[in-house]
Amino acid sequence: MKYLVIGNSAAGIGTIEGIRQVDPEGSIMLISDEPYHTYSRPLISYYLAGKVKPEKMYYREPDFYEKLNVNLRLGVKVEEIHPDEKTVSLSTGEIVKYETLMLATGGKPIIPEMPGLQFKGVFSFLKWDDVKDIEANINKYNKIVIIGAGLIGLKAAEAMVGLEVKVTVVELANRVLSAILDEEAAEIVQRTLEDKGVEFSLNNTVKEIQGSGDKVSGVLLQDNTELECDAVIIAIGVSPNKDLATEAGLAVNRGIVVDDYLRTNYPDIYAAGDVSEGYDILYKQRRVLPILPNAYRQGYTAGHNMAGQEERYHGGFGMNAISFFGLPMITAGIIKPDSSEFTEMIERDSTKRNYRKIVLRDNKLVGFIALNEVDRAGILTGLMEKEIDINTFKDKLLYKDFGYAHLPKEYRQEQLLGVIKL
Amino acid sequence: MKRVYAREEVCAGCKLCEVYCATAHSEYPNSILKAFLKQETRPIARILVEVDQPLSFALQCRHCEEANCTQACITGAMTKNPETGIVTNDESRCVGCWTCVLVCPYGAIKRDETGHKVASKCDLCSNNDTNPICVEKCPNNALIFAEISRGGE
Amino acid sequence: MSISMQLPDYLVERDPNRCIKCKVCVNQCANEVHSWDEDIDSVIAAEEKCVNCHRCVTYCPTRALKIRRNPTEYKENSYWNARTIRGIDRQAEGGGVLLTGMGTDRPIPIYWDRLFLNASQVTNPSIDPLREPMEIKTYLGSKPDNVIIKDGKLIKELPPQLVLDAPIMFGALSFGAISLSAVKSLAKAATDCGIMWNTGEGGLHRDAYEYSKNCIVQVASGRFGVDAEYLNAGAAIEIKIGQGAKPGIGGHLPGEKVGEEVSRTRMIPIGSDAISPAPHHDIYSIEDLRQLIYALKEATRYTKPVSVKVSAVHNVAAIASGIVRAGADIVAIDGVRGGTGAAPLRTRDSVGIPAELALASVDSRLRQEGIRNQASLVIAGGIRNSSDVVKAIALGADACYIGTAALITMGCRMCQTCYTGKCNWGICTQDPKLVKRLNPEIGAQRLANLIHAWSHEIKELLGGMGINALESLRGNRLMLRGVGLSETEYRILGILPAGE
Repeated sequence: MKYLVIGNSAAGIGTIEGIRQVDPEGSIMLISDEPYHTYSRPLISYYLAGKVKPEKMYYREPDFYEKLNVNLRLGVKVEEIHPDEKTVSLSTGEIVKYETLMLATGGKPIIPEMPGLQFKGVFSFLKWDDVKDIEANINKYNKIVIIGAGLIGLKAAEAMVGLEVKVTVVELANRVLSAILDEEAAEIVQRTLEDKGVEFSLNNTVKEIQGSGDKVSGVLLQDNTELECDAVIIAIGVSPNKDLATEAGLAVNRGIVVDDYLRTNYPDIYAAGDVSEGYDILYKQRRVLPILPNAYRQGYTAGHNMAGQEERYHGGFGMNAISFFGLPMITAGIIKPDSSEFTEMIERDSTKRNYRKIVLRDNKLVGFIALNEVDRAGILTGLMEKEIDINTFKDKLLYKDFGYAHLPKEYRQEQLLGVIKL
Repeated sequence: MKRVYAREEVCAGCKLCEVYCATAHSEYPNSILKAFLKQETRPIARILVEVDQPLSFALQCRHCEEANCTQACITGAMTKNPETGIVTNDESRCVGCWTCVLVCPYGAIKRDETGHKVASKCDLCSNNDTNPICVEKCPNNALIFAEISRGGE
Repeated sequence: MSISMQLPDYLVERDPNRCIKCKVCVNQCANEVHSWDEDIDSVIAAEEKCVNCHRCVTYCPTRALKIRRNPTEYKENSYWNARTIRGIDRQAEGGGVLLTGMGTDRPIPIYWDRLFLNASQVTNPSIDPLREPMEIKTYLGSKPDNVIIKDGKLIKELPPQLVLDAPIMFGALSFGAISLSAVKSLAKAATDCGIMWNTGEGGLHRDAYEYSKNCIVQVASGRFGVDAEYLNAGAAIEIKIGQGAKPGIGGHLPGEKVGEEVSRTRMIPIGSDAISPAPHHDIYSIEDLRQLIYALKEATRYTKPVSVKVSAVHNVAAIASGIVRAGADIVAIDGVRGGTGAAPLRTRDSVGIPAELALASVDSRLRQEGIRNQASLVIAGGIRNSSDVVKAIALGADACYIGTAALITMGCRMCQTCYTGKCNWGICTQDPKLVKRLNPEIGAQRLANLIHAWSHEIKELLGGMGINALESLRGNRLMLRGVGLSETEYRILGILPAGE
């Protein structure tokens, strides 16, 4: 194979599309241990809630692989990578040769050590199969405990509420969505979920999962309270799924280490997405940024590089758009700075659950939270990405109608007249 | 590809482009009156006039060559047509997660929450040949539909 | 505060079955008539501010708006009529000179409409301009008493001439009074049509220099914008003594309209009032005028014709004679109906005489004195259409200025509130948000269309009279007959009654 891609989610698909843009011919093989046509992982909560039908789960059209001439191997696991021989061995016993290899193996759920993990009714919430497992016995669940009030945990909570399951969310931090929201915004979100019946136990965690027979019957919390429940979803977070790389002797930190061209320490092996450490332009360091837009962009850029069209990956930063029970929020970058080099500006209207916050550093926008009023937030994201000096218009950043009209004329005209790749 | 460009020096800020755009994308594309008075929910324009007097100009999707929205879309609903270059959103696949709103540097994607939540954006009136309705109806020729190379006119 | 006695002049009718609440009327009305009321979810109107400029009516996408005259009656009185009472009310509440614009709207006799053109029947053939050449090219300037032609070539050099492809020019409209967009529209159209535009006393904006070959640059009592480069840039120079809208008084451009561009173009400080004195303080006699005419000729090395423009006043014929004798190549006469700018209402309505009578008497006088060839005659002040042009030529004019008609072409609805600076059509304003409403490309195209249309019509009318060159019509008053005029009027106009 000219190109071998391991992983069938955003980074893997991005890689294929990136390769095909440069090289319409070269042979591509895609290997995934999941049995599905590429599907959207973020849609699993929508699927569980019944808002997205199975046929709409797919991330690309049904004829995607065929159109791009991809040799597809689903339900097959890669057992080992042999970087020196440029081969991988598969669970089927086959050995596949590659010229360039993409590791887009994504993340895996973090499952903390605790008693009771073996009971039926303990789930993670990352893959389609995870929610299919939950769905299979959904009628039996009246009360569920979700460990973790991050994006995944709360999306799971929202879905379960829709299925009329009573939900308690246990979170170690002092607030929900602590990675993307500050206290004030988090409180608004928490209240919104509480209004729908979700209960929270913050500054707390599950010490033990209790069972009766082989089934979950409750949890014991750190503060020794006990909660009855029929199921537990562990949604503490994801960690890079890097075992293959580690075993193959690739340079690995928290994720697989890559350079500006998404190359690992082996020049013909690339990594992208949740498994890799891309460059964070705000923290100015390499970090794992497990979000879909970054995964795709990294894969796409790596695809160009794999096909011989050299292209630098300029880096990204954390950003999320999500909503819970009709309350939308968009956040990006550093939202809760901890040093005096940052300035914050806040605009709030608590009667409407509106909250907007801007974080500045050295006259540049480095983060924002937009809660409920999210329209045109991408303009802010763009200012962050391009590291625009905002000094001349910083007092306008929080205008309700903030837009290109408030930006310097040269920037506006350059942006609107030329169509520029960001 | 041909795109819509605003000439801010002659934009009267009347927002008629919004009216005509909303109508063209409503249930009654040929009747402003029906679109606004008969359709159950108020039609949404996919073009936006920014006003900071004396400055005003219309802005809509730039149909970027490598569009952030298509790359970031979590469902694959947002795609760029390789032939026409038009970026469109398949509303049947869109779940209204607003990731496109997060990444569009032009702020050109609107939220349509009138029905099933979807991202709403300029589709160049679905062709890349004749003038889109906004260009056609601008009373002061402040919108042009043209192929302009990078770096201006 | 006592109650205002002034009733709204107009009522705004909004059809609720057609209003889609798009607020286009709200964002387009600079007079702030329309506003959005959040509480009742509707657009409401402050009718007392409406000037009936039609901006909202034209822009309303569903034709939901109508502006009607306020039907409220004043007690019937043919002497103290509503108009008179409203004027008194305005002054009683405002205490100032009544200002207005766009020429008088009083029912002054319209002589053009009492004049009728001839047509050829049987004894001489009419000419079809679509089949045969028709010449309307016009040369403005002093013509020599005789010419010497040898071997088909003109031996004697002619004085400088302005060459026009049609006997029509855009009248003086200054940058400052009108917007740069309007100036550009006029300048571009004049250039495209091979006619002239006129700077007024506004100077020549650097963006308009590219149109200076088709420009008459004006020198008026304030001398704004005048320097050697300016004088030499134009195709001709015009000394403005008076204008039809306000004979005998000067001009006043308020400081708020003197922004950066107007300031640079007029060569005065930003924000300063541009006051043109009523008289030229260096012209108290024909001899003084001659000095200025020759100073300007010297400054431009006798390469450009010099025009002198006066309002049509009682002894206009004698004044015109003096102007010709002072060395002017063109005499421009602006009648009482003229007035594209802001003016005091009483002056506008009551000072000056109609252009038709002034033109006829000036042409007659210059002929009697044997100096008609020494200057061309341009008439202004209410030329509405091509037949007015043709009648003016027959009465003795070489060409016409059009001002009001040009403004209407650019969108002016004659709302007569030029002095407010809130022209919703972007013509008579310096407010940048209003100025950009007039797209000079569209303005120029509309003006060019008008000139082309009139040119065609002029050719049709000429052909009907069996004339194939405009030159043959000049002062040819036999082509005119009058209806319903007094004997004195016939005498002054130099025409016969219809039937004679």
